[in-house]
Amino acid sequence: MISGDSAALSALSPGDRGKVASFNLPPEQKQRFLEMGLTIGTEVQFVKFAPMGDPLEIKVRGYHLSLRKADAAGIYVNRL
Amino acid sequence: MSAPAPLTIETRSKGTPPTRRIAIAGNPNCGKSTVFNALTGMRQKVGNYPGVTVERKEGSFFGTHGEPMTLLDLPGSYSLQVRSPDEAVSRDVLLGRLPTEPRPDLVICVVDASNLERNLYLVAQILELKLPVVLALNMVDMAEEAGVRIDVAALEEKLGVPVVPMVATKGRGLIELKQAASRSPLPPLGHVATMPQVILNEIEEVAKLLPISSQLAEPEALLLLTLNESALEDLAEHRRAIVDAVHAAQRRLRIEGIDPISAPVEARYEWIHGVCRASLSKQGDDQALLSTSDRLDGVLTHRLWGWVVFLGAMACMFFCIFAVAQAPMDWLDGACTALARWVGSQMPEGDFRGLITDGVIAGVGRVLVFLPQILILYFFLGILEDTGYMARAAFIMDRLMSCVGLHGKSFIPLLSSFACAIPGVMAARTIENTKDRLVTILVAPLMSCSARLPVYALMIAVLIPIASAWVKASIMLSMYLLGLIAAFAMAWLFKRTLLRSETPMLLLELPPYRMPSIASIALRMWERAGLFLRRAGTVILSLSVLLWALASYPKPSRPDATPGEALSASAAGHMGHALAPVIAPLGFDWKIGIGLIGSFAAREVFVTTMSIVYNVELPDKEQTATLRDSMRNEKRDDGSPVFTPLVCIALMVFYVLAMQCISTVAIVRRETNSWRWPLFQLGYMTALAWIGAFVVFQGGRILGFR
Repeated sequence: MISGDSAALSALSPGDRGKVASFNLPPEQKQRFLEMGLTIGTEVQFVKFAPMGDPLEIKVRGYHLSLRKADAAGIYVNRL
Repeated sequence: MSAPAPLTIETRSKGTPPTRRIAIAGNPNCGKSTVFNALTGMRQKVGNYPGVTVERKEGSFFGTHGEPMTLLDLPGSYSLQVRSPDEAVSRDVLLGRLPTEPRPDLVICVVDASNLERNLYLVAQILELKLPVVLALNMVDMAEEAGVRIDVAALEEKLGVPVVPMVATKGRGLIELKQAASRSPLPPLGHVATMPQVILNEIEEVAKLLPISSQLAEPEALLLLTLNESALEDLAEHRRAIVDAVHAAQRRLRIEGIDPISAPVEARYEWIHGVCRASLSKQGDDQALLSTSDRLDGVLTHRLWGWVVFLGAMACMFFCIFAVAQAPMDWLDGACTALARWVGSQMPEGDFRGLITDGVIAGVGRVLVFLPQILILYFFLGILEDTGYMARAAFIMDRLMSCVGLHGKSFIPLLSSFACAIPGVMAARTIENTKDRLVTILVAPLMSCSARLPVYALMIAVLIPIASAWVKASIMLSMYLLGLIAAFAMAWLFKRTLLRSETPMLLLELPPYRMPSIASIALRMWERAGLFLRRAGTVILSLSVLLWALASYPKPSRPDATPGEALSASAAGHMGHALAPVIAPLGFDWKIGIGLIGSFAAREVFVTTMSIVYNVELPDKEQTATLRDSMRNEKRDDGSPVFTPLVCIALMVFYVLAMQCISTVAIVRRETNSWRWPLFQLGYMTALAWIGAFVVFQGGRILGFR
């Protein structure tokens, strides 16, 4: 709890890193993100936006995952 | 009732031990298909699971002592908490829920060694099902390249199951995997993640209610317990009591401060973390190190270069399907025509000869002629898929596709449909969500396929014989654009009405770029070609014969009737006449009506039909001009020309929007497993075509055009 401020995943910039803090998503979507490895405390790295600005790409548990901005707005991370 | 059951036991008890049934499971992109292909080679059977459109792939191989094994390739999935029919099949097979599919004796779990943590999630769930597991640790070479070292012995100890390190694309580890799979007795059950005690208690409570063997009841109970509200609601109809019990259990857990949806997931990942800590070591800081794949991705999904590569790749694929396929297609077409001519010369004249040459051979020819396009399409799809670029194409296009409520993955099927709707519809298989797959299939034939080209060319020639290439090209382009706009508009409409569903959530793995294996692509092309010929062939052949009969019977009363008069006297001719009042508001006469009916065999048949109606010899290159001239000279009863510019445009619009293609109907029937969707599609597209042509013709007249 010492480090950094909390922000929505969609608000990060390329290269930023953070740890998953909480979700504000319908249970089904939350479960899918969890199952893809985005459990609380997992480190994620923001990689980039798609050429049209949406979706975006993150790196989590060593692999690359793409999700839409709208969904990423419901995932909060503590910046590292 | 269940007579076959004792029979199987009897045959099994005699002689050799029963064939070991092995299922192969894993995440998408873990190389599961490569492992499957490497084990079974060409000994594969592809079909469908009964009642669903999910593909069922089974193969066989021999164990180390020559004992036969059957291997079932389960659809790739990330979790047993299913979201798509494909994932549901994987889960149901593993739980032995399918009446036609015995529960496997052993599961080979394929994992990508370079992405072990997330890949182990599904493995953790499968271990909970109490099935013997062998772990195929695939792509160890890529892991090593990324600086990841895996201690196989430690991994085996932590998981409690045999682990076989392998590189399936190079055949490394295959023998060891075969050995592990054929070892007797079966490997012992592996270790599982430790769930919080309160969850275990609730599992026990729910399991008591389930009318199944105790071995399966607990895993089933855990799956039920973690179902979300909407999934439970779907179940409630059949299993009221159980759903109520699950609700109660979930409530009790929430009071304890445990979220039933997330707690098991977190418990599994925690367990995985422990497994990885004991068996995995990383060299260097992987966050700082940019891999080759990352650098490549920097270009391929770059704001500017990404588009250049994307458009270039799509143009190349489109060009090959469109242009490169032309030569073999002409060759096949010519071969079929030559065959028909030869058979015709060897047989006495009569109806039977007509049936063989014009019905059967021409019908089969119409199927065969698509084969080059389908092979080329699958070659490209294979390369796009295997290199990992397919996911990037969806990544780039998702923004656009989500505007109409579709997923980025719908893009490739729609693009392919510009060449031909058949491979386009087949390519829609990559879309997980059933409704989205259906919407994509429903609108795919609106994209102007290559078969419309001859019709456009003819109508443009009739419309403006001496127009500059520019004008011709812009008319052609507007027809293509109209199809594209119609496809997007209808997709938007379907997503809001008939197949109402949220824009599918995008959760797309972007796998590292890899070199494609030509052998596995060739295998897939071979498999797809066979499927296409078998599946579409039968239906297209019978419908072609039917259309031939309609155009040939009844015979004209005068024996010296010209082919045009004969066609007019046939059932198709009568249908053309019957159609006349319906298409009169579009400016079409009965002769065009016959052309429209003939087009159902294939759109380009319009040109042939028109040449028969106007008694022009078969349309070779020069004869197109003759046909064009006779069409231009065609007059109505009142002396006004039939093919006014307005009628030509209306006719082209009709061809853009109408689904005049029995081959597509047949393939949609196969892909959706029912007649309902192809018939609906036929209906809505015909209506759309009629309305489109009506608006053009009547609107044009009001505006003073002729």
